[in-house]
Amino acid sequence: MASLTPEQVRHIAKLARLTLTNAEVEKFATELTSILAYVDRLTQVNTEGVEPLKIATGVTNNWREDVVQQHQASPDALLGCSPLPIIDHQIQTPSAHG
Amino acid sequence: MDNLCSLTIAQAHEKLRKKEISSEELTQACIDRIAAVDSRLNAVVFNGAEMAMEQAKAVDAAGDFSSPLAGIPYLTKDVYCEAGVPTTACSNVLRDKTYVPPFDSTTTTRLKKAGALSLGKVNTDEFTMGASTETSCYGVTRNPWNTDCVAGGSSGGSAAAVAADECLFALGTDTGGSIRQPAGYCNCAGIRTTYGRTSRYGVMSMASSLDTIGPIGKSVEDLAIILGAIAGKDSLDATTADVPVPDYRKALTGNVKGLTIGIPKEYFVDGMNAEVEGAVREAAKVLESLGATLKEISLPHTEHATPAYYVICPSEVSSNMARYDGVRFGHTTSGAADLRSYYEEARSSGFGAEVKRRIMIGTYALSAGYFDAYYRQAQKVRALIKRDFDDVYSAGVDVILSPVSPTPAFKVGAHQDDPVAMYLEDIFLDSQVMAGIPAMSVPCGFSKDGLPIGLQIMGKQWDEATVLRAGHAYEQATEWHKQKPTL
Repeated sequence: MASLTPEQVRHIAKLARLTLTNAEVEKFATELTSILAYVDRLTQVNTEGVEPLKIATGVTNNWREDVVQQHQASPDALLGCSPLPIIDHQIQTPSAHG
Repeated sequence: MDNLCSLTIAQAHEKLRKKEISSEELTQACIDRIAAVDSRLNAVVFNGAEMAMEQAKAVDAAGDFSSPLAGIPYLTKDVYCEAGVPTTACSNVLRDKTYVPPFDSTTTTRLKKAGALSLGKVNTDEFTMGASTETSCYGVTRNPWNTDCVAGGSSGGSAAAVAADECLFALGTDTGGSIRQPAGYCNCAGIRTTYGRTSRYGVMSMASSLDTIGPIGKSVEDLAIILGAIAGKDSLDATTADVPVPDYRKALTGNVKGLTIGIPKEYFVDGMNAEVEGAVREAAKVLESLGATLKEISLPHTEHATPAYYVICPSEVSSNMARYDGVRFGHTTSGAADLRSYYEEARSSGFGAEVKRRIMIGTYALSAGYFDAYYRQAQKVRALIKRDFDDVYSAGVDVILSPVSPTPAFKVGAHQDDPVAMYLEDIFLDSQVMAGIPAMSVPCGFSKDGLPIGLQIMGKQWDEATVLRAGHAYEQATEWHKQKPTL
């Protein structure tokens, strides 16, 4: 595992929809490198022929009838949690196109 | 009527049932205790004294104390939604505009049905990410046994509040040790249930394939009472399984004859803290003297659990935290040029450093070209860790003993600039998470500095009953859990 460059950190931040200050980029480059160095030891474990375990209890699809169920909160009560303006039961966000 | 708040649930229930005390008196005792000590601990982040008193009066008026939780006041980790009660995950993302959820979590609904009263919210690391509550936007919760030390985390507020008698029990969550470690640090009992044994509906997610919810209490018997009320399938959480919930209190026979207890050599290594090792080995001897058989066992993939956890957890964090985009909840900014800048500005100014770190690690681990090397490999290692436990259990072991933490509680700020050192706090607590098995923390001694030491008891998937049985028998034979801090 090579160390992460400030450029890589900025790229990851972009993918994660975060903007970082230059000081944060510096700090994260060091910290993320040390975390990746720590978890990198997993690559040494022989996992040949081992199926990945996604859910420890092996629970698979848990079906229910395809019927709309409204539990407790109404759509308007949920919309009321938004910090943005609500117009006609919809949240008004900044424009996607600037 | 002093000291009512120091009662266990079982003791308080007896007094309530016989009408020796009222729920109002019991609740007032907790409210008074919070007023007296919380400024030194910083466990409570939302004080719901008024709503609790209203509920207490209603329970007293109804006069029905057939449920063991009727009229019992409790505190909830600040990630459980309760309709009309501010819930912030101790993050500026939700604190900024004070998120007030319009719905209840299944667990708080079930507790309400059982007659328990919510006293408010307690501190946690931001979105449960941490082992000390130091990442909380409300600041650190201090350990009632020594306020220079952390109470642990992420459910540090829950454990400190229980240890300081601010409530009769508290709810926590355990993704990578967040119930067991603070319970161990504060001399409480705390149980992580089998993955899917308790519903997570209405509890803010951190890492969905690992998250569990559960109680922290003053005795193993109390944990059995609470689990009896909250465990079981929930149609609102598809990961809960349709496995019958036994009567956990009936499992508390006080008898461990015939139980085989595994002592895993990987948890007792050269150079480990001698006081912790001594206390745990002594606890094993106590159980042996009660009729259990000790057996040395090996769980060879133990050392890989924490690295696997710190791949799987942040990967799932990066996905779960995507919902905090400044659109549906809480924190917002003004003047963004477009939607994308709005997301970036709202998220960057809302999240704290540890949440950002985990989002970044997870984003990297899941990004093109790295998925197989990190996330998929970690899931394979997880399969190997589970296989270790399967092998031991199928060879006749019923429960496994280990320390909860490598050391007693550390000083506030000790791991401040070293995220990996903080992650190593979980070193004995991640294997159980990977294997989806239940594990409990029980008080088993004190360091010479007067800090509590926790004993971890692990069981088979869905077999909380045997874990509780062993822990309860141990408690009956020892006095550690009865010790109280001086505040």
